[in-house]
Amino acid sequence: MTRPRALATRVLFAVLAIMVLGGVLVAASTWWNGRQAARQSYDRILLGAAHDIAESIRIQDGVPLVMLPVSAFELLAQAPDDRVYYSVRGPGGTLITGLDPEVQITPPERGRSVFFDAALHGEPARFVSVSRRFVERDFSGTVDVIVGQTLRARKVMTRELSLDALLPMAAAGAALLVIAWAVVRQAMRPLEAITEDLARRDPYDLTAIPMARLPRELQVMLGALNRFMGRLEGQVESMRTLISDTAHQLRTPVAAIRIQAELAADEPEGAARNRALDRLLVRTRSLATLLDQLLSRALVMHRSDSAPRVAVDLRDIALEIMEREDHAVLAPGASLKLEIGDEPVMVRADAFSLGEATRNLLVNALTHGASPILIGTERRGNDAILWVRDSGPGPDDAVIARMGERHNRSARSGENSSGIGLSIVQSVAAAFGGTMEITQDGQGFRIALVLPAARDTA
Amino acid sequence: MIRVFCLLLLLALCPSLAPAQETTERFGQGDTPFLIRSTTDIAIIRPLIESFAARRSDLAITYEQWGSNALFEKSREDCRRDEPGADAILSSAVQQMVWLVNGGCASPYRSPETLALPSTRRWRDEIWGITTEPAVIAYNKAAFAGHTVPNSRFALLDALRNDPDRFRRKIATYDIAESGLGYLFAFSDSLEATTFGALLESFARVDAVATCCSAEIIAGVAEGRYLVAYNVLGSYVTSAARPEVGTILPEDYTLVLSRAYMIPRQARQKGAATGLLDFLLTAEARAMLDRVGLITTMEASETGLPLSARRSIALAPPLLVALDSNRRAQLLKLWKDTFAAGSVP
Repeated sequence: MTRPRALATRVLFAVLAIMVLGGVLVAASTWWNGRQAARQSYDRILLGAAHDIAESIRIQDGVPLVMLPVSAFELLAQAPDDRVYYSVRGPGGTLITGLDPEVQITPPERGRSVFFDAALHGEPARFVSVSRRFVERDFSGTVDVIVGQTLRARKVMTRELSLDALLPMAAAGAALLVIAWAVVRQAMRPLEAITEDLARRDPYDLTAIPMARLPRELQVMLGALNRFMGRLEGQVESMRTLISDTAHQLRTPVAAIRIQAELAADEPEGAARNRALDRLLVRTRSLATLLDQLLSRALVMHRSDSAPRVAVDLRDIALEIMEREDHAVLAPGASLKLEIGDEPVMVRADAFSLGEATRNLLVNALTHGASPILIGTERRGNDAILWVRDSGPGPDDAVIARMGERHNRSARSGENSSGIGLSIVQSVAAAFGGTMEITQDGQGFRIALVLPAARDTA
Repeated sequence: MIRVFCLLLLLALCPSLAPAQETTERFGQGDTPFLIRSTTDIAIIRPLIESFAARRSDLAITYEQWGSNALFEKSREDCRRDEPGADAILSSAVQQMVWLVNGGCASPYRSPETLALPSTRRWRDEIWGITTEPAVIAYNKAAFAGHTVPNSRFALLDALRNDPDRFRRKIATYDIAESGLGYLFAFSDSLEATTFGALLESFARVDAVATCCSAEIIAGVAEGRYLVAYNVLGSYVTSAARPEVGTILPEDYTLVLSRAYMIPRQARQKGAATGLLDFLLTAEARAMLDRVGLITTMEASETGLPLSARRSIALAPPLLVALDSNRRAQLLKLWKDTFAAGSVP
């Protein structure tokens, strides 16, 4: 199995590939330019020499005669190590003079100046053909001058031009590569720091990774990671709370049931035993309610973390609670009234959690408060409020102060109460960014779930 | 011309006839045959070949001495047919050697020794100038006793103009139609200066003698038949060892010829040929060449010849102009016309 390559290595390889490709292209173009320059320069020399020779042609006694100029050859000697060729041919291709009558180079077309490539003694060479037209009394016709030379000087010039251009570029390329390496290393440093941090991290450490001064892309990634870790930690925490609560809440009632059962078992037949059994029944029923609440709270806590937030009208929640008519079972004599307006009271939350919270508020009012009981919703500024109020005086200040805490099960709260109900309300309020508000006045006692209002239908 | 024709006829009639070399000499007892073709007189260059043979005992060296035109024809033929001929060619007809190199008949070689040669004595790393031999004015020392020796072409012109009768039929120079070397010098003169035309006219006016051979000319000067010989190769004067003959390096300009060495493309013993080349360029060989007169050190302090007056005949494509048939025909015509006009009083 091959080890995956590091990001920096990949980037550097990409940069290197780009540079190599660019280098090859630049080299090819430079070589091409150099070749063109060399070709043009030496073609001009060739043409100059050919014109020199053409100018030296005289008609003498009806015959063209070449006074071959040394200057033409000195021009050609600008390419010091190249072989040369020349021939001067009259009409019909008859040789007037030439280097070697046995070597005949034929231009691709006669009659005008033209450059062409051909082999000279097996070596590639460049030729030019220049024509001169004579109209004299005793001679008329075209005389063709062909001058050529091998390509050594052109190749040398091409190489020199290319190298002169390429060497600084190669140096610049190397410098760019070094700079690219440094830049990539610099850019990768935050990532390396995070990698090191993650590698060193305790697998049970779910605290957020510091994001300050990180590039935006990494912040997005780390933000997601941190949110995930936060939720994981929240759930671990809720689970821990749930277990601890459940243990705490159940220990006493179960112990009580055991004692009642032992008492009942110890009692002989008769009224005492029946009384003990009755108490056992009450205790058992109370335990069932408690379990119900515990599970409800566990569910609420779980949902508040995981259920999607949707737009919920608090009036619907209140209506639903009224219609479920649980209260008829709990407190058959109680009078219950709904107090809602025409306007929707929207929040973004989980309807189930809100329902549970409201139900617990209602149960709380039915259990501890006095009839009549009101359920209502209202908007207050940016807050959406769902409240339950009873007409009783409410609990003591000391009890109010401890409301919503998890383990506020007091002697006074009686067998049907565990304090869990309000802690559910508290949890729901917190989960959706709100608070639990307790108000007490002459008319009664009100507990409200205050949540940030959502813009309608938003 | 007739000689060449006869030769061709002979060659056509008797294909088995030996080629047109003048002398052949063998050196060394080795197993590897090594053929040098040269225009240089064997008598002059013998010590160098012997010295090389001593170094390379594996070689059986054959030294063939040729006339320059015949050597050119033979080498060109070998090159065209792609047949192995000579392993090394050393010729004073440098324009022909440049032609062969331009024709792709040579094989390249580089060594520190060859690269040390000046650019005028090296072309394409295929032809190298081995010697330095000035074209001099030779004169009869006795005849000039009490007279000023003309030390430049202008001085010679003045002398001819002032005292034409003294020089009548006493000026010798190469017949450029016959002598390749004479033609090369005349061609170079024609490029070099305006004095050429004046000189030709003066020569014609005093009925100068155009003759063929260096030995004949030098002997003539030594014996007093000629007072002055113009454009004689200095090395021939040196090797002739005639104390009666003095030489002048013309101060206006002195042509310097460098015998060209090349290794034919088809040479079988290229290693030995490059070995000989490197040997000829060593200090030891150069000292020997100096002794036999093939290298003339023209130190300004010794000869009074300024460096700027030295005209090396560069081994380069402009020499090809010398071989051009039209150009040659025109120079010969000018030569003949001038001499013909001069000889008619």
